[in-house]
Amino acid sequence: MNVVPRASQWGELIRPDRVHGSLYSDPAIFEAELQNIWYRIWVYVGHESEVPNANDYVVKSIGPQSVIMTRDEQGKVNLLLNRCSHRGNQVCSYDRGNARSFTCPFHSWTFANDGRLVGYAFPDGYEGQDKSKLALGRVTRVQSYRGFVFGSFAAEGPTLEEHLGGAAETIDRLVRFSPEGEVEVTAGFLKHRVKANWKFILENECDGYHPAFVHSSIFGVADSAIGKLYGGASTAVTRDYGNGHTEIDLRPEFRKRDAPMSWFGTTEERLPDYTARMKAAYGDQKAREIMIDGTPHVMIFPNLFIAEIQMFVIQPLAVDDSVQHVTALQFKGAPDMNRRLRQQTMGSVGPAGLLLADDSEMYERCHRGVLARIPEWIFLGRGERRERRDELGFKVGHVTDEIPSRGIWSHYRSLMEKP
Amino acid sequence: MLSRESSAALMGAVTAFIYKEARLQDEHAYEAWEALWTDDGIYWVPANGDDIDPEKEMSVIYDNRSRISLRIKQLLTGKRHTQTPQSRLRRLVSNIELLDEQASGDISVASNSMVFESSLRDDTIWAARNEYRLRYVDGELRMAYKKVILVNNEKALFTLSFLI
Repeated sequence: MNVVPRASQWGELIRPDRVHGSLYSDPAIFEAELQNIWYRIWVYVGHESEVPNANDYVVKSIGPQSVIMTRDEQGKVNLLLNRCSHRGNQVCSYDRGNARSFTCPFHSWTFANDGRLVGYAFPDGYEGQDKSKLALGRVTRVQSYRGFVFGSFAAEGPTLEEHLGGAAETIDRLVRFSPEGEVEVTAGFLKHRVKANWKFILENECDGYHPAFVHSSIFGVADSAIGKLYGGASTAVTRDYGNGHTEIDLRPEFRKRDAPMSWFGTTEERLPDYTARMKAAYGDQKAREIMIDGTPHVMIFPNLFIAEIQMFVIQPLAVDDSVQHVTALQFKGAPDMNRRLRQQTMGSVGPAGLLLADDSEMYERCHRGVLARIPEWIFLGRGERRERRDELGFKVGHVTDEIPSRGIWSHYRSLMEKP
Repeated sequence: MLSRESSAALMGAVTAFIYKEARLQDEHAYEAWEALWTDDGIYWVPANGDDIDPEKEMSVIYDNRSRISLRIKQLLTGKRHTQTPQSRLRRLVSNIELLDEQASGDISVASNSMVFESSLRDDTIWAARNEYRLRYVDGELRMAYKKVILVNNEKALFTLSFLI
């Protein structure tokens, strides 16, 4: 169609139990998503632990745009656009480093790591210019939640807490796995590119219907108990937190097993140092509960996926081109646990991962598939008649139900309808 | 230090080994390829640079011998979707050099490779510097270590599910 729908028309493309295939393939809709989602709402950018020291920086992104996350001399985290205010040249060419300032290689304009223009070459000729109006572009609002740094280009709108809503609790649940209560992002990222629309990735993260089929090759040979979590008999649930945030809550299954560290396929005995630190930090009973429940499996809309042991950041580059940035979660004060987290993450995700390579194959095949014109619609009705509300009022359903996709599209529609 | 004659003989044996390994990979001869490994084999494809610490930072592949075996078992199920259908592959290997001998007695070898992959997605070219440690076991050369340094390992990579 190549025409962005008017506000009143999104309902023709997004219905309660189905969405139109053009939503994944129309370049005009992709451009509208950049404006209405990526350049407006809160988007995850990076983690404070990636810039631990004054003057550290790391290059991140919001959609296709390059964003420099810096920690300035005052210790404040800034999100700066990688674009010289003079002629638009990228001021930063390295992925990470430590620098008080960035000097544009084109005409030698120099910017402090908080974005201020501090000097230009041959200053005569610039008489009367106000340097403060020539700073690097900044992401308008920057806020952290437990070390996770989010940015929004909108000057006004919901606070980060309002955006996260009930899903904030999943991040609280995650950081408890550090005996010091902090996640660290220190292992470097694998960057996995797929020729597919970003929303195929987004929806797949909490789709509990596919693992039994897409991952049967590894479940069959790896002696893994993961496969059983996603079967028809599973008591795990899917949850729609609103605002596009979705979860697969595996706690019912892990509580049935009643074995600490079973969620990670191991035992307390095999991680004695970690277990001791957790018990010292939380007390025996609380530590036992934490280690039985396991970490969350949550997709924070639109781009932060916490997948038990790893973190994904979804980056859209074009309507049919996306990158999954993925790293092992690391828990502060847990060296023996962290080594296992890295080993398991390297095995399962990234371009050669035993799990994710097959998911990515599905995204690409779906993308090519929706280019076919008929039957036009993507059907999302699984479990519609057995949805229920949990004790906090969030919609939940069976682990294989499509509550997450329906929740994502409902929120998507509300964002796209806003002028 | 090897004599000139023994060095030429070793170079011949090493070259034949590397060509054979390339052919087994191109033709998805998974079990025959796995049989090239020693019991302590390490198969490593770094990400984000050539000399990262794989014990601290993420690699595309960092398989010990048991994970090499798991990777092969998965491919052999025939349900590894990203290899159904299998990628069509041909690779060129060149610049084979014997490097300094290891204290362990393992033979250090390096080569360059360029792989043409044709898959459902598209045609993709992969290029790499490969470093090997080879060892004679019962009179046959085996791989104890293979490190594949992709030229573009700092960038976002498409799925790499064949044997690189």
